[in-house]
Amino acid sequence: MNDRRSFFVLTMLVFGFAFLYLPIIAMVIYSFNASRLVTVWDSANSPTLAWYVELFHNSQIMDAAKLSFRIASVNATGAVILGTLAAFALQRYRKFRGRAMFGLLTTAPMVLPEVITGLSLLLLFVALEQGIGWPSGRGATTITIAHMTFSMAYAIVVIQARLATVDRSLEEAAMDLGARPWKVFAVITLPLIASAIASAWVLAFILSWDDIVITSFVSGPGSTTLPQLVFSKVRLGVSPDINALATILVLIVSLAVVVAGTYMMRRDRRRMRDSQAAQGATG
Amino acid sequence: MNAVVGAGVETGQKGPAPYVRIERLTKRFGDFVAVRQVSLEIQRGEIFCLLGGSGCGKTTLLRMLAGFETPTDGAIFIDGVDVTQVPPYERPVNMMFQSYALFPHMTVAQNVAFGLKQDGTARGEIESRVQEMLSLVQLNGYEKRKPHQLSGGQRQRVALARALVKRPKLLLLDEPLGALDKKLREHTQFELVNLQEKLGVTFVIVTHDQEEAMTLASRIGVMRAGEILQVGTPADIYEFPNSRFVADFIGSVNMVEGRLIEDEPDHVRIECAQLGAIVYVDHGVSSPPDAPVSVAIRPEKIQLSRERPEQTDNVLQGVIAGIAYLGNATRYLVRLPTGFLLRVTAPNVFRHEERLEPDERVWLHWHSSSPVVVTR
Repeated sequence: MNDRRSFFVLTMLVFGFAFLYLPIIAMVIYSFNASRLVTVWDSANSPTLAWYVELFHNSQIMDAAKLSFRIASVNATGAVILGTLAAFALQRYRKFRGRAMFGLLTTAPMVLPEVITGLSLLLLFVALEQGIGWPSGRGATTITIAHMTFSMAYAIVVIQARLATVDRSLEEAAMDLGARPWKVFAVITLPLIASAIASAWVLAFILSWDDIVITSFVSGPGSTTLPQLVFSKVRLGVSPDINALATILVLIVSLAVVVAGTYMMRRDRRRMRDSQAAQGATG
Repeated sequence: MNAVVGAGVETGQKGPAPYVRIERLTKRFGDFVAVRQVSLEIQRGEIFCLLGGSGCGKTTLLRMLAGFETPTDGAIFIDGVDVTQVPPYERPVNMMFQSYALFPHMTVAQNVAFGLKQDGTARGEIESRVQEMLSLVQLNGYEKRKPHQLSGGQRQRVALARALVKRPKLLLLDEPLGALDKKLREHTQFELVNLQEKLGVTFVIVTHDQEEAMTLASRIGVMRAGEILQVGTPADIYEFPNSRFVADFIGSVNMVEGRLIEDEPDHVRIECAQLGAIVYVDHGVSSPPDAPVSVAIRPEKIQLSRERPEQTDNVLQGVIAGIAYLGNATRYLVRLPTGFLLRVTAPNVFRHEERLEPDERVWLHWHSSSPVVVTR
């Protein structure tokens, strides 16, 4: 009985992970394929790093990657700053007029279809340009602003959830000991929600990094982000250097996940051991 | 105990000006009145306990003293200065929170130093005063620890050190011992009182635990529904409660309805249908004749005997209906002929005492000074 059950669980596990990761593994393997035809495995010359070499010499891809990185970083930073302020207002000032409305409005971009967000932003930017002359044309600036509007919504949710668990009496204690409200925010609240701010930053970065729908509405001729480039290349037929590019991205993401996971596991274990030791010692 | 705690407190009607004066303080949350027209005077060096059940407004009153809530009406004076509108970070008041509210990302030393740092105290002085506080609460050697590395009792002491390091004029304590287990609580109660005597800081403590209030306080204010019902020393509150609620809330009591039938300045007689007897009280009562009154008799003030007692007043007969042996005392339930159950507590003085048995017929009597007559 027990054996059969564990066999069942094991099978589910294998199938689940296979479903999630087999395509990625296939892609990684094919990135070392020497053949120019993506679906044909050239066993004579493979594996090879040729596509990786070509990737770094392809200035078009490198430029797009740099642009995407710049937009994603600025977007994440802006979204986290605005998101923290909004989350603080929503969480700490309980009773102000239109609080419920404000809460709904900040999170609406999460459920709004991207096409609508993109189109409305495009209309806004065009109208602004005609009205006040800024932003002139569409490019990195408009993409960043557009990304901020929706990634901020995610940042608010993440930060507000953490803020809700921060004991209000900690802030009151700091105030009681003589710290002014801004000081309290800087030295008590901010350090306590720092981990949530970091996660929100990473989330906003990734949302921006792989966004294509909204980007295609508000981008201009001189600004092609990495997802846009990949998409246009794939439309003309998949070339193997895309596999190499994707493999590098997967590697970066997996490394980040493993490092973060190990760090958190170690911290939790240390905390548990510490508090057990403290409880064991007589008061 | 009380004599020790009360030492140094000016009692007497014409003492010095009160250190903390609360004038007709009211706090409303929407339609709900949390604190209603509370006036209170607290002397320097006193340990004042606000005692009441949950939702009686004691915590709101404390939070108004700390500055976290702005009063709807009324004023607060500390050392003669009106602080009603002063924000918490400018008040000469510190608070110890129920949850301790230690900053989890700072070490013990950083927690204690926090208040001094905000004042821009010189680094050397901060260090020496933190050391001084930590040795006062016996936590030397714990400077580098984080709060999660401490036990409950140690956290409580860090919280105390942090609140005292700025030498506040007034220390507010919200259920200071609530999170500790019973043994530790008893030990900490005495430490707290010793510390208060050493430093001479005025304490205002909020608690729902009447035993805690009795052992810690030099004076107690009993609160209910946003109002202070009675203010007095623990002995005053226990022996001379001014209302049914206070008599019932502090300790255990037999509460009997009655009617004044003889009202003299030096004694009264009260007819109590529930007892089926007339209670003789050897002091006068300020109440209109024939008014309904309540008689409160403490269980430990009633004596049980197998033989008929010599006195003629305040003597009843009953049957033992229940016995609970507590070790230091025995608690009896005695059923009267009227069916009313009286609680009686008898101390266990001798080890080989002949104990009363269930269903045994007994005589009950009490001294005529024991009953308290309350009219509200």
